[in-house]
Amino acid sequence: MAAGDDSHRPALRLQGVRKSYGQVVAVAGVDLTVEEGEFFTLLGPSGSGKTTLLRLIAGFERPDTGRIELGGRDVTSTPPYLRDTNTVFQDYALFPHMSVADNIGYGLRVKGVSRQPREERVQRALKMVRLEGLGRRRPNQLSGGQRQRVALARAVVNEPEVLLLDEPLGALDLKLRQEMQIELKQIQKEVGITFIYVTHDQEEALTMSDRVAVMSNGQIEQIGSPVDVYERPATEFVAGFIGISNVLVRDGVRFVVRPEKIRMLAESETADPGMTVEPGRVEEIIYVGMTTRYLVHLDRGERLVAVRQNMDALGDAQKFQGRPVRLAWTAEHTYVLDKGR
Amino acid sequence: MATETVRRPRPKGGGAVPFATLFWRLPWLRSLLLLTPPLAWFVVIYFASLILLLITAFWTTDPFTTQIVQVWTTSNFERLINEPVYHDIVGRTVVLAALVTLTDALLAFPFAYYMARLASRRVQTLLFAAVLLPLWASYLARVYAWILILNHSGVLNWSLQSIGLPPANIGYTNVAMWVVFSYIWLPFMIIPAYSALERVPESLLEASADLGARRWRTIRDIVLPLALPGVVAGSIFTFSLTLGDFITPVLVGGAGSTFIGNVVYANIGIANNVPFAAALSTIPVAIMAVYLLIARRLGAFEAL
Repeated sequence: MAAGDDSHRPALRLQGVRKSYGQVVAVAGVDLTVEEGEFFTLLGPSGSGKTTLLRLIAGFERPDTGRIELGGRDVTSTPPYLRDTNTVFQDYALFPHMSVADNIGYGLRVKGVSRQPREERVQRALKMVRLEGLGRRRPNQLSGGQRQRVALARAVVNEPEVLLLDEPLGALDLKLRQEMQIELKQIQKEVGITFIYVTHDQEEALTMSDRVAVMSNGQIEQIGSPVDVYERPATEFVAGFIGISNVLVRDGVRFVVRPEKIRMLAESETADPGMTVEPGRVEEIIYVGMTTRYLVHLDRGERLVAVRQNMDALGDAQKFQGRPVRLAWTAEHTYVLDKGR
Repeated sequence: MATETVRRPRPKGGGAVPFATLFWRLPWLRSLLLLTPPLAWFVVIYFASLILLLITAFWTTDPFTTQIVQVWTTSNFERLINEPVYHDIVGRTVVLAALVTLTDALLAFPFAYYMARLASRRVQTLLFAAVLLPLWASYLARVYAWILILNHSGVLNWSLQSIGLPPANIGYTNVAMWVVFSYIWLPFMIIPAYSALERVPESLLEASADLGARRWRTIRDIVLPLALPGVVAGSIFTFSLTLGDFITPVLVGGAGSTFIGNVVYANIGIANNVPFAAALSTIPVAIMAVYLLIARRLGAFEAL
């Protein structure tokens, strides 16, 4: 092999990793390469094996078969305390008998970093997660969002090869979650550490990730950029799990049309040339604030969801209730699913 | 218009207001009903006798008739302070109670850790039975069993001699008391330590390992501090039970094994000096009061 190939050192490489508990197969043969500094998300419904995969990377579980490499080093049989990974736990797992600063500094203390540099790094970490001055508090004196930040700081301060995050924002309310998404992404850029992020929230995955692996039944369905997995889903599962799936079969071809790409025409309107037009009837109207979703029952049988921005007040949307409409889309906005899947 | 009035549906049973509704409307009534019997017991039997004990401690007896003289005096306490023999007895009792507590803590912690964290469900049940089963046997039977082990021609010496070692003559000594007390009260330490250890979330141990700590480091830094309240809770039992005992010193102790309880017993039964016995009894009560205050500070009551 050429020297250039040897110098390429992915942060994480999984080869044929399998893990089962008795009869239940949690991870069914996963191959994966995550590059240095990437924000990589494992996205999937509960029970898809994403958390087990994360625990395998952290070393809390041992794979039945397969190989795990961190920074080019085989760590398949390395215990968690010797792996260059740190985890942000779903329940934060902060030590209740230690102060915030002691929690954050624990990893450094265990590694034998002396007091002076340790305290400096803890202070920097506290500043990074905007918790300056709260170092002496106990975890139970903090709010949920603050605890989440402490958990993040406790992991990041060790500057691991790979940082593992197990649904870290799951316990926060929507507003705080959205703020933390942006903040997390900023922190990741700032420190340049490889993030492997587990979530079941597709919006979260699309917002934050460089690449997303969509998982189902212990297997990876598709790996790609957020645009890839949204615009060009490889399987019907991916199409359905990310966004609203509008799957149609026409002339023996299965394809996806995203709701926002569909134009809903009132009786008087006409479609642009080149558009596919299908008649139907509005069955349901769902108002979701910024947009309104229309569930349209096509005359040929399927149901499609179309989305329209709410330019006018609610009254405009309601006038479509139960009315015949025509849906129109262009061929370039459809995406053909793999045949045989 | 119909003349029929609208009737509220009534629950079966037909009373004006059902009890459940009454309790819902008047929550204090429920508390009152629940608490009156135990509270009455507590106040009358326990609290009153404790106060009576304190009062009696300031009375004295007539040296000729041995009748109680109800005159306020601190002579009982002066005797306790001035006669060194009582210092020895109190000191011995407290030191042995502390030693037994420490021994039980050291024995119980690894056992409880294994039970709570490592054992399978089946083994856990078996160990629970093994810990609790001796409590079904009589205290006296268990102490006598230890006499058979520890006395000069007992199992211990027989075993030592059969493998060519000199005999360990610890029967009827304070060492024998230490061994027997540690054995008898061990379950009272294991159970609270177990429940404290079981409540330490697995994710904290994983977090510690994740941050680079090996198993022993995790036990020292995470498990031990979090289980400490449970061990302190257990120590309340081992310490107070040893402090108040007077049977084991008689059965397995020797000439220099007198406990506070033995002196109290002697003063009630033989010397017929109840006021002095009462004065002596205030010492363990005071010690336990201080002990409980410290235990509370260490979080033992949250662990119970």
